[in-house]
Amino acid sequence: MVSRYFTDRLAKRSITLLGVSSILIMGLIVVFIVHEGMPAFREVGLFNFIFGTEWRPSNGQFGIWTMILGSVAVTLGTLVLVLPLGIGCAILLAELAPFRIRSVLRIIVETIVGIPSVVHGLVGMALFVPFIRNTFGGSGYGILPAILVLTAMVLPTVVSITEDNIRSVPGGYKEGSLALGATHWQTIWHVQLPAARSGIGAAIVLGVGRAVGETMAMIMVIGNSPVVPHSILSQARTLTGNIAVEIMYATGLHESALFATGVVLLVLIMIINSCAFILARKGKSYA
Amino acid sequence: MKVKTLWISLILVALLLGSSVLVGCSEESTPVPAATSPSSISSPTSSPTSSPTSAPSSKLSGKITEAGSTTVQPLAEKLASAFKAKYPKVEITIQGGGSSVGVKSANNGTVDIGAASRELKESEPALVTHCIARDGIAIVVHSSNSVSGLTKEQVRNIFAGSITNWSEVGGPDATIVVVSREEGSGTRAAFEEMVMGKKGPDITNSAIFQPSNGVVKNTVSGTPLSIGFLSFGYLDNTVKALTIDGITCTVENAAQGTYPIVRPLYFLTKEEPEGLVKTFIDFALSADGQAIVEEEGYIKSR
Repeated sequence: MVSRYFTDRLAKRSITLLGVSSILIMGLIVVFIVHEGMPAFREVGLFNFIFGTEWRPSNGQFGIWTMILGSVAVTLGTLVLVLPLGIGCAILLAELAPFRIRSVLRIIVETIVGIPSVVHGLVGMALFVPFIRNTFGGSGYGILPAILVLTAMVLPTVVSITEDNIRSVPGGYKEGSLALGATHWQTIWHVQLPAARSGIGAAIVLGVGRAVGETMAMIMVIGNSPVVPHSILSQARTLTGNIAVEIMYATGLHESALFATGVVLLVLIMIINSCAFILARKGKSYA
Repeated sequence: MKVKTLWISLILVALLLGSSVLVGCSEESTPVPAATSPSSISSPTSSPTSSPTSAPSSKLSGKITEAGSTTVQPLAEKLASAFKAKYPKVEITIQGGGSSVGVKSANNGTVDIGAASRELKESEPALVTHCIARDGIAIVVHSSNSVSGLTKEQVRNIFAGSITNWSEVGGPDATIVVVSREEGSGTRAAFEEMVMGKKGPDITNSAIFQPSNGVVKNTVSGTPLSIGFLSFGYLDNTVKALTIDGITCTVENAAQGTYPIVRPLYFLTKEEPEGLVKTFIDFALSADGQAIVEEEGYIKSR
């Protein structure tokens, strides 16, 4: 008599407890990062911190503008490569490739998703950096190898999500289009892709989020120089790289400035996720 | 009704537990930020001198905690295990964290002994320094580089970014790739003090920054036309060490004082050491301890 009612309540309460705890944990992490970063914001000033171009902790100069530019440059460059490659590969997998090739390709794509980023970084260091040095001169470290490594890392995610979305477009759309006399390519380009737009947008934003957040592979190939990048070959430092490279021995205000870098990163990710949200909603109203 | 209150109290307990764990983390990270793999947590109440000195040596017991420079860390670990072989009842905890953490935690008493691989800065608290060893810093280039020696002045200008082409120092006509450690590194601080000068120029931000001696070595050995600096302990035949002011970069020259870039490795204590801590530091300075120092590729303290 007691048991059924009690079990129901127990389940409900447990779920509530788990939910509340997870929200609380996330909230506390944010509070902690902001709290630790506060001294730097107060000491340096928000404007000087974000738009300052000199990063010299030992001289008390904490400007992360060069790193914001570095992160943006790497992310945009990755996007330029991932967009055509990712969507193209997804169309191939979803529509064009014969079944056997498709299954082999899918296994490859899914395996690459599981490769840890440090391995990607290693490949970049051993392959891309010397190649770029021998082709273009300079040190070989910089934005270009970072973009290549990131593309390899992000591509599988974008491909598999995009493919799923193209596949989930109702079969009637395709049949209708073909029945009206459109070619296969016209159907893909004018019917299936637009219908899958929201999902593709979400996949790309997910990729962008990963690109902004990637750390280990970046610090291995980008050179970590806090300078304004002037070309695709110049060295740079990303926001994540700044934290990872310097947190080991940082103390005092320097440490706080690294936490403040984390706050900026958090805000950046929030903006990107909001874009994804807006994009997804727009896409839905279209389809 | 009763069930409801029970659940609410359970939730509250869980939340309290969760938050206290998080708060605890934040407090712990303040004295020793990102200490590398603490093998045991030092309790703040452990007294530095927990054993009577009058006891016979085999019965010496107690706990010593050390934290700081990652350059000193492997040496301190070797010294500690030799010390433990002699006095089995003594427990020694060695942690990393960097020279600044070593200074900080020795000063606020988090550890009995701090470790630093550079001179203390004027902004840092005055501590008792025990030079347990010395370490040379080598200026290294890619093994294919035709330049085999530089003056300190040239090294300074290269790292400051005012010399950017190898042809300016007798090498090929090609851009110099400067490789440096990141801000906060003790090796970098020692290099800055001894080569760049206390009021000298900063290391150029166009340099490649790598977060450890090992990565610096790999970067230099893999990049023709690069130049970097390395602790003597990391030297091997994958990179070429330059002569500085005409002096070959060897442990012998550094020990004699002719090689110009040598830094002290310090054990730091807040007060003059007593008891167990003193015994340990004396052991490090003894003939046995200094033999370990040489075995590890460092230079004897005197």
